[in-house]
Amino acid sequence: MNDNLREQLLLLPSYFQGHLLLTLSALLLGTLVSVPLGIWAAQSKTIRTPLLTTVSIIQTIPSLAILALTVALLGGRIGFLPAFIALTLYCMLPVIRNTLTGLETVSEDVVEAACGIGMTDGQALMKVKLPLALPVIIAGIRTATVWTVGLATLSTLVGATSFGNYIFTGIQTRNLVAVTVGSIAAAILAVMLDGLIGGIQWLVENRVQKSVSGKQKAVKWAVSLGVIVLFSVSVASLLPRPQADFVVGGKPFTEQYIIAGLLAAELEKQGFRVDQRLGLGSDVIYEATQNGSVDVYLEYTGTVWANQMRETENPGRVAVRDAVTDYIDQQSSMVAVGPSGFQNLYALAMRRDRAAELGITSIEDLVPVANTLICGADLEFFGRLEWLSLRDTYTIDFAEKLTFDATLMYSAVNERQVDLITAYTTDGRVAAYDLLILEDPRGALLPYDGLFVASPEAANNEIFMSVVTRLVNSIPDQLMREANRIVDVEGRPVSEAVEYLRARLENRT
Amino acid sequence: MIELRNVSKSFDSGSTNVVNEVSFSVEKGELLGLIGESGCGKTTTLKLINRLEEPTAGEILVADENVLQQNPEELRRNIGYVFQGIGLFPHRSIEENVAAVPELLGWSKEKVIRRCNETLDMVGLPREEYGTRSPTELSGGQQQRVGVARALAAEPEVMLMDEPFGALDPITRAEIQDEFKKIQSDLDLTVIMVTHDMTEALLMADRIAVMKAGEVLQLGTPHELLNYPANEFVSAIVEMPKRRAELLDRLIDQEPRSD
Repeated sequence: MNDNLREQLLLLPSYFQGHLLLTLSALLLGTLVSVPLGIWAAQSKTIRTPLLTTVSIIQTIPSLAILALTVALLGGRIGFLPAFIALTLYCMLPVIRNTLTGLETVSEDVVEAACGIGMTDGQALMKVKLPLALPVIIAGIRTATVWTVGLATLSTLVGATSFGNYIFTGIQTRNLVAVTVGSIAAAILAVMLDGLIGGIQWLVENRVQKSVSGKQKAVKWAVSLGVIVLFSVSVASLLPRPQADFVVGGKPFTEQYIIAGLLAAELEKQGFRVDQRLGLGSDVIYEATQNGSVDVYLEYTGTVWANQMRETENPGRVAVRDAVTDYIDQQSSMVAVGPSGFQNLYALAMRRDRAAELGITSIEDLVPVANTLICGADLEFFGRLEWLSLRDTYTIDFAEKLTFDATLMYSAVNERQVDLITAYTTDGRVAAYDLLILEDPRGALLPYDGLFVASPEAANNEIFMSVVTRLVNSIPDQLMREANRIVDVEGRPVSEAVEYLRARLENRT
Repeated sequence: MIELRNVSKSFDSGSTNVVNEVSFSVEKGELLGLIGESGCGKTTTLKLINRLEEPTAGEILVADENVLQQNPEELRRNIGYVFQGIGLFPHRSIEENVAAVPELLGWSKEKVIRRCNETLDMVGLPREEYGTRSPTELSGGQQQRVGVARALAAEPEVMLMDEPFGALDPITRAEIQDEFKKIQSDLDLTVIMVTHDMTEALLMADRIAVMKAGEVLQLGTPHELLNYPANEFVSAIVEMPKRRAELLDRLIDQEPRSD
């Protein structure tokens, strides 16, 4: 079997448990809340419209936004809880709507009979209306289940474990095997749960039959088996697992996956149990580390400078690094352990032969010829502060400015379709195409030094600190670029890049 | 057994009365037919008795007790109720349908089963054969027999029926009318039966109340109604069954027997 595939399949049990637990708990709570709400709406015309409107509005908010809002409302807390709450909110509409429809479509004759033979309203509801509405309610739960299984993949972005870990890691590290495994796993889970609930629905619809048909027996068997399997897996995943000593966080791109893998491997070597929460957004991971949901991750000085400190000037690499370090140590509750040694910033890059042709080594040299050159950039560069700063500091503009998907951008410069591009300095493709990074003598481009940041609690652990401190200033640009190249250009798994880095660090000491 | 005293019912807070100052009484073991065109207030009158509707004015006594003094659910459990919609619970078996009221009354399991046996036998659907079937597996006539069994299950002394056989085909209807009439006299049941079918009323009822626009126009035995109608409306509605009966008599007399 392919190594990559084997590596992905090793992750399957934990992702499966995470995904299943998240889906089932959200559905359980969603159903427990929604069925009574649906009953309430069926009894009271005044509650009906406001309730349906509210849940419909929740449904129209993009699911990613719901997740982000839940994290924000919980004060930056990430992991299972925000994902669970968001999914619960999201699965309410079909259950409420079907409960309401189910109750309203119970035949009036049957309701009159229930009343006429002397059932109280409560008895008529529990003994007659709800049992008759049950197949429709179950159909609603079934719809909610399929939605929830799909949406649960997004919860990876707020740090909950799910099949989304495969998908997001796979997209970011160009690992199609991971994306495929994740998608197929989510689809299979959705189909299985759908089939199981469909079976229950069928049994409920056909519960009173004179003769028990063969089909009914078969469905009963299959459903019981499914419920038993589901129940045991859920119980197994609820069993207390050894608590992780530390949680390593990471943002959603290759370099972050590699550094997180490196931190985890080094901490595990000291005997710690480590969890990884990968693919988190910049603001999410910053807050999560402040409140201790994440213990360590790699931050970038420029990001904190612009996003948290809201600075717009660029006083230079060292000044920014010092200011950001001070800011983190004093203004946040985190600890800045130290720089990684590389910086991952936007830079202008050219083919070496083209640069030699024009006699260019720095952005300064571009000034007289820029208006004859074509510049390629990623989709957002020309809308960012970096470009405004570059344009105003050097008073340059290009003959043509083209935007590309990052992958196409690198091949465009390599194939001479553009003269220069806005590369990321540690991108593996800079190494792969052997591009020349132009110097920035006037410091127009904001520095992005990698900076290890730890939660206050973790920083109190001496062994932890010694592990992270050993990595400070240990990874130069060239080395990080090489590690990124293994994943992005050669398409090998992140673990290989981590091993590559560890081997090089081992040799160094 | 049942007595209505100046009972009125209005659905529009008094502007018009759907039931207007109705008074009559029904003796124990009597079957009273309540007949009239649709909208005449006969069904509302019936529903006032087991408090599916509440009267606007007047008094209703069942077994000498004012119904308004009783808990409505308990009242209904002690009064059998059969209506055109039948309303069997489709998620329950025949047996469970029949057991519904005894279970609400908290009877013991053995007693419930014994009673199911009895009532299903009475309506000609033996429990061994039909007990576990689903209502959807039965014909319309069989379903209404179960409806009658359900109403009888808690051994009520009073039974209210709202066009109980109106949806059945003529042959089934005639059968079930006969069967019910027999059950009624065997059990000495007091019954009020709403119908718009004068023939049914004439053949089944001990006395008939003819209603129009919320009022009782005439109350009397079939014989009285047929021979001494109080007004044109009553004579008009007894005319049709009378003419048919005469026609049938003549047919029977004229047609030579073929064998």
